[in-house]
Amino acid sequence: MMRFRTVTSPHVLLDASVGQVMRRVLYAMLPGVAALVWFFGWGVLVNLVIATAVALAAETAMLAARGKPLAPHLGDFSAVVTAWLLAVALPPLAPWWLTAIGVLSAIVVAKHLYGGLGYNPFNPAMIGYVVLLISFPREMSTWLIPHGVGQTQAMTLVETLRAIFVGLPEVDGLTGATPLDVLRTQMGLGLSVAEIRNSPVFGLVSGHGWEWAALGFLLGGLWLVYSRAADWRIPAGMLGGLAIISTVFYLINPQQYAPPWFHLWSGAAIFGAFFIATDPVTASATPRGRLIYGAGIGILVYIIRAFGGYPDGVAFSVLLMNIAAPTIDLYTQPRVFGARRG
Amino acid sequence: MSALFPFHGGLKTVRHKTESNTLPIEPGPLPRRLIVPLRQHMGNAAKPCVQAGDRVLKGQMIGQADGYISAAVHAPSSGVVAAVDLQPIPHPSGLADLCVTIETDGEDRWIERQPLDYRHLHPSDLRNALRNAGVVGLGGAVFPSAVKLNRGGHCERVDTLILNGAECEPWITCDDRIMRERAADIVAGLAIMAHLLEPREALIGIEEDKPEAVAAMTAACAGTGYEVRVVPTRYPSGSVKQLVFLLTGREIPDQGLPLDIGVQCFNVATAYTVQRAIAHGEPVIARVVTVTGHVQRPRNIDALLGTRFADLVAQCSGYRDGVERLIMGGPMMGFALHGDDVPVTKATNCILAASAGQLTPEQPVMPCIRCGACVDACPALLLPQQLYWFARAKEFDKARDHHLFGCIECGCCSYVCPSHIPLVQYYRYAKNEIWARDKEKEKAELARQRHQARQERLEREKQEREAKLRQKAPPRAAETVVEAADREG
Repeated sequence: MMRFRTVTSPHVLLDASVGQVMRRVLYAMLPGVAALVWFFGWGVLVNLVIATAVALAAETAMLAARGKPLAPHLGDFSAVVTAWLLAVALPPLAPWWLTAIGVLSAIVVAKHLYGGLGYNPFNPAMIGYVVLLISFPREMSTWLIPHGVGQTQAMTLVETLRAIFVGLPEVDGLTGATPLDVLRTQMGLGLSVAEIRNSPVFGLVSGHGWEWAALGFLLGGLWLVYSRAADWRIPAGMLGGLAIISTVFYLINPQQYAPPWFHLWSGAAIFGAFFIATDPVTASATPRGRLIYGAGIGILVYIIRAFGGYPDGVAFSVLLMNIAAPTIDLYTQPRVFGARRG
Repeated sequence: MSALFPFHGGLKTVRHKTESNTLPIEPGPLPRRLIVPLRQHMGNAAKPCVQAGDRVLKGQMIGQADGYISAAVHAPSSGVVAAVDLQPIPHPSGLADLCVTIETDGEDRWIERQPLDYRHLHPSDLRNALRNAGVVGLGGAVFPSAVKLNRGGHCERVDTLILNGAECEPWITCDDRIMRERAADIVAGLAIMAHLLEPREALIGIEEDKPEAVAAMTAACAGTGYEVRVVPTRYPSGSVKQLVFLLTGREIPDQGLPLDIGVQCFNVATAYTVQRAIAHGEPVIARVVTVTGHVQRPRNIDALLGTRFADLVAQCSGYRDGVERLIMGGPMMGFALHGDDVPVTKATNCILAASAGQLTPEQPVMPCIRCGACVDACPALLLPQQLYWFARAKEFDKARDHHLFGCIECGCCSYVCPSHIPLVQYYRYAKNEIWARDKEKEKAELARQRHQARQERLEREKQEREAKLRQKAPPRAAETVVEAADREG
């Protein structure tokens, strides 16, 4: 008589894995990253490399400390995704230790101390970002002026490496505020939106250079949604929420509030909507909940940008909505098949 | 062509139908020994009505229906009863169950068959005839058909009677073949069912990947008013809830019955056995089994109940090298067996011998990342990942609140899970735990009631004795007697 192994059904599965989902996120980031490299130089890539290396080292150490098998967990690429999400959000010439501290906060504290992949209540990359933003505000706001603005020559790779590992040379006109920062500070000086937008840091829709990165992230993000690696409801909710609230304020006073297309296309709105808010572990998990979760982030981003103390608010908004996610889930359970309607 | 109502979720799965659906149904072997389980249906097992040494004829009842939800069991061939004892049966637990073992005599001699004219039978007599013929749902759930053919107080009248020919599980083709080859009998069986339920309309749902079956059934329905409806090939369209929704746009209530919304649904093979039982007096003693996968020559076999799986595999010229898993049913909902030395039952629609290449290799289970792929796939509109957390944390009340019992165990969530979590297994576990607790509670409640009744009885008896003694004797003596009675109690 033949003997066979007994395993529970189903006996066939879709060819899918966590690693596959995470790799898709990485691929989807490439167009936006390419645009950032074009406008901000080698520093973007160097940051990515440093962040990835630190993330993998930290992930390995924490897995070993927690007694988890290394191969399947390193192969899920989740640490690399966290590293990239954070690295892209950092200034292109951020000193190496800044990147390292951010990544360590993300991987060691926000991820593994909360139980590792799947158990972290907060988006690890955003925890890392917020730690840096609060602890090192000067370093975090020193952005390079994008290629094509002013007279600066693009930095070579060697110059970039020296800036990151040794220190930034004191050259005028190399660094400056981000467009959202400019908007915030000039608004404080009583200028109107239209006047401020005459500054060369602004391009066709939003910041010069930045807008092309946003386009890159939009393309990658749409592919991410199309390939089902991210749920469309979260970016739709976030961009929809941001669009609605910014339109309302723009209609009330277009002199004082930037137009909705500027908000949608500025800062980390597109990137955040498709790549950060869509982290499923920390987002709402119900279909309706994801729309609400996204919309909540969009509205908070606007409130922080327009009325808060920071030029952009994606990180804070995402973390605030992370806290709300379990409650949203509780109240947005789908109607089960066969349950009475209404 | 009437409108269909697509259901939420579901999957496009691999099909693997052509391996077994090209050959006609072949008669099965007449083994020397038939092992016939007495529990081949939902509800109470049949009560054996033969003993070792008895001669039995083909079609003779060997197990009586026991109670309302039960069905009779019959000798699949003539011979001598060798034993009535525990034998291994095809069940996920691998446990043995009560079976009647028959040493066949090779004559395959029928008992006297009594065809009935259903038009002149009282409905309850007709249902009894089906119960005594052992007619149960052959789609896999094996629920006694007579029960489902009683409208009872569930609805004012039946709107739609549905025959399920969807056969959405990969690999399985027994319904496909039976519809191609026995369409007239199926439609005649449908007429008997319609006679009992008096529906406004009768529909036959078939997935679009079975054009030959659709053609045969459509031809057989000509002039009857019954209608064949082609449904998209999407798993699990053959699940009752999903098929009813596809065809009528109506949802069977959560934890309710199809009859609650005036719908009833039977498998096409069940309709065939209804016709054989009534018009020919033949009880259910055989069924068509798809034997497929990694066997030499896959096919459909009309096998006597009680035939060992190994004998059917032998009829397909044996296994090919490298069979990893033996599955009864399909790859989505079927269960893996320890061995092939178990008998065919009324629930055996398919024997799938799967090689490593036909299965998904086992992969390490990763943590849930709450991606929601399962939510998109769930045809019951549940939140599988939430149910998983609750089952894991043993928060069974929460699992129940999140409609755990709406789960039809179709496996779509497990199929799409990128973390390879055996989700369905967690739901089965949680359901079993809840059932066990409910039973425990019921027992405790019964014990409490019994205890209370006893206390009341003792109190009553004590008072009666006191009253009697007060009449007969002086008060002091009465007290001592009562004290003694107390110590006894």
